[in-house]
Amino acid sequence: MKTFPKGGVHPPENKIASGAGIETFALPKSVVIPVAQHIGAPATVIVQKNDLVKVGQIIAQSSGFVSANIHSPVSGKVTKVDNFLDTSGYKRKAIAIEVEGDEWIDSIDQSEQLVTDISLSADEIVARTLEMGIVGLGGATFPSHVKLSIPKGKKAEVLLINGIECEPYLTSDHRMMLEKGEQVMVGVQILMKALGVDHAFIGIEKNKPDAIIHLTKLTADFPGIKVISLKVKYPQGGEKQLIKAIVDREVPSGGLPIDVGAVVHNVGTAFAVYEAVQKNKPLIERIVTITGKNVKKPANFRVRLGTPVADLVEACGGVPDNTGKIINGGPMMGKALANLDVPVTKGTSGLVLVPEPESRRKPVMNCIRCGKCTQVCPMGLEPYLLMTYAELKRFDDLERDQVLDCIECGSCSYTCPANRPLLDYIRLGKNNVSQIIRSRNKK
Amino acid sequence: MSATKLITVSPSPHNYGDESVSKIMYRVIWALVPAFAVSLVFFGVGALIVTAIAITSCVAFEYLIAKYIIKSKPTVWDGSAILTGLLLAFNVPSNLPIWIIILGSLVAIGIGKMSFGGLGKNPFNPALVGRVFLLISFPVQMTSWPKAVEARWAYLDATTGATPLGLLKEGLMNGKPLSELMDQIPEYSQLFLGNMGGSLGEISALALILGGAYLLWKKIITWHIPVSVLGTVVAFTGIMWLVNPDQYIDPAFHLLSGGMLLGAIYMATDMVSSPMTPKGQIIFGVGIGVLTCVIRLFGAYPEGVSFAILIMNAFVPLLDKYIKPKRFGEVKK
Repeated sequence: MKTFPKGGVHPPENKIASGAGIETFALPKSVVIPVAQHIGAPATVIVQKNDLVKVGQIIAQSSGFVSANIHSPVSGKVTKVDNFLDTSGYKRKAIAIEVEGDEWIDSIDQSEQLVTDISLSADEIVARTLEMGIVGLGGATFPSHVKLSIPKGKKAEVLLINGIECEPYLTSDHRMMLEKGEQVMVGVQILMKALGVDHAFIGIEKNKPDAIIHLTKLTADFPGIKVISLKVKYPQGGEKQLIKAIVDREVPSGGLPIDVGAVVHNVGTAFAVYEAVQKNKPLIERIVTITGKNVKKPANFRVRLGTPVADLVEACGGVPDNTGKIINGGPMMGKALANLDVPVTKGTSGLVLVPEPESRRKPVMNCIRCGKCTQVCPMGLEPYLLMTYAELKRFDDLERDQVLDCIECGSCSYTCPANRPLLDYIRLGKNNVSQIIRSRNKK
Repeated sequence: MSATKLITVSPSPHNYGDESVSKIMYRVIWALVPAFAVSLVFFGVGALIVTAIAITSCVAFEYLIAKYIIKSKPTVWDGSAILTGLLLAFNVPSNLPIWIIILGSLVAIGIGKMSFGGLGKNPFNPALVGRVFLLISFPVQMTSWPKAVEARWAYLDATTGATPLGLLKEGLMNGKPLSELMDQIPEYSQLFLGNMGGSLGEISALALILGGAYLLWKKIITWHIPVSVLGTVVAFTGIMWLVNPDQYIDPAFHLLSGGMLLGAIYMATDMVSSPMTPKGQIIFGVGIGVLTCVIRLFGAYPEGVSFAILIMNAFVPLLDKYIKPKRFGEVKK
């Protein structure tokens, strides 16, 4: 069974919501749409207070190459353009819309009919993903058109589709593959056409046997696509680890997947690309998993962006009494929320409600030099050493020992028997080192 | 939302493995239980007294030093002081007087561990610091070995004899041929079971290998250090044996005698005082193997495992500095 060779851990999977079919979530009363829902420059607002908008209408425009358009997920009236609390924990610019009815712009094909013929050319597909505001839906929200625009001198050779979902608890990609398999397949073919590659691999871990079987069956109708079943190991969903696992190529330190001829997209993104290209539908909704050990009714919802996450939790039976932490994303890389009154954004893959006893860290002890952090680091770094350098502010040493290669997967902190906050310090070191490098490059 | 509720907000990861320092320590202690049982069978009451005193005094010294000298919160129940005591006891004869054991524990914990800052900070294996201190300070008491089985019901007044390694060293130094000495050495099957004179925990190869397998299974240790130590010893003594079988004994004897297995499986693999990377661990293990052989074959002492480990402990910072793991996506220069 294939997997990436170096490091990795296997946290309890806890995929409690994997049996819950995707439910379309009710339209909210009002939505808040942040203009920064992606990596890169925030979009520029092009509506004003009291404007009437329709579903799918562009309300904020991409403001650079690495940026994304934002469309209204609802119809109604813009009530405010102001700073609102979002999942980042900060108040940032957003557009508030009061929902009235559900009126879509005419160009969107709302039917459920599967469209398999791809009529657009490669360039038109890239332009369409840009126009429709598609970003990576695996969690990193990197604008998809950037990944599809191959830099001069590079060549895409293979497309990898990430169906790993190696984060414990989260099941949105799993449900997507089961329920929207055909659309995902067409989406993959669209991406292949855009990149000019003739084969694609869909990587799925073997803890989702039903998805592997289902998509493998579908590959008969979609030539060039192959499903690869992988051993369960975190962080296999990391771009570099996935490329290594499937095509055995190593993205060079400091490089991008395209340096080894690979492009990686998430299954959710493939679905969004399908809708954008075949149905003219912008990215206005996504699948969100609401789960946790004590959640009454774990679920996978298809949600309009901007819906308050509190509504979703309420629909699953509310916040359980002994909840100690609420994570936006998975428990390995997700961010803890301070407040549920924040909107679902393009990057909200799920919400994990953690019971109180598990939500606190255990007391930190001295490092006993067991070396487990070094063993599990998928990037071949020495977390114990990087942490010490960061504590001592030895930034030159941090840079030399390649702190910037860290993908922040958290395997080191997860595995440390002395409960040392390895990743916290490494992040601190990374920030410092990147700042130093930036100011050095300015000179 | 309804009622206000305080929730924890902390950076990722939010998920933690169930490993802990004390779990690791207690697992190593468990792994040593078979060897301890064997020493009870062969050395009886003496083994019990020495072990109990060593553990109690190590725990007590760690508590007192932490509380009254360093003024930090004592963490004696993490199991590391118990383990140091147990390993110290394993490395001394079972007829060692109580006061010497207490002194050894003080050196092991006080100088070997706490003076560097306690758990995780010691560059040398604390139990070995204690043992070598005792060996140099009390050479007579530390090398009067109770005879296995015969010593079962005696403590200080146990009948003593030499260890197989000691017999061999003395005989060879007096110019006796190896073939003559072989008659005095117990059969290898007895060495394997542990029926010989020696430090109380080092005798039974069988029990030590059993515990080592448990540690490997529980992933407390990796194969790198034990295999490189033992492999080097086999290679080194094997070559000498092939070159001159009249003067040098075969490698199997070296593996089964003295502190070879105890050292390779439990002492050299001490997490705190061994290298972090597999490559570093192999160099470390080879170093221990070579030094042990040099001391055993050419030195004045019959046994050299503890010296070899302590000497290689000193190289660990250097190994960690220059031996780096293979980075992902290494850019070739």
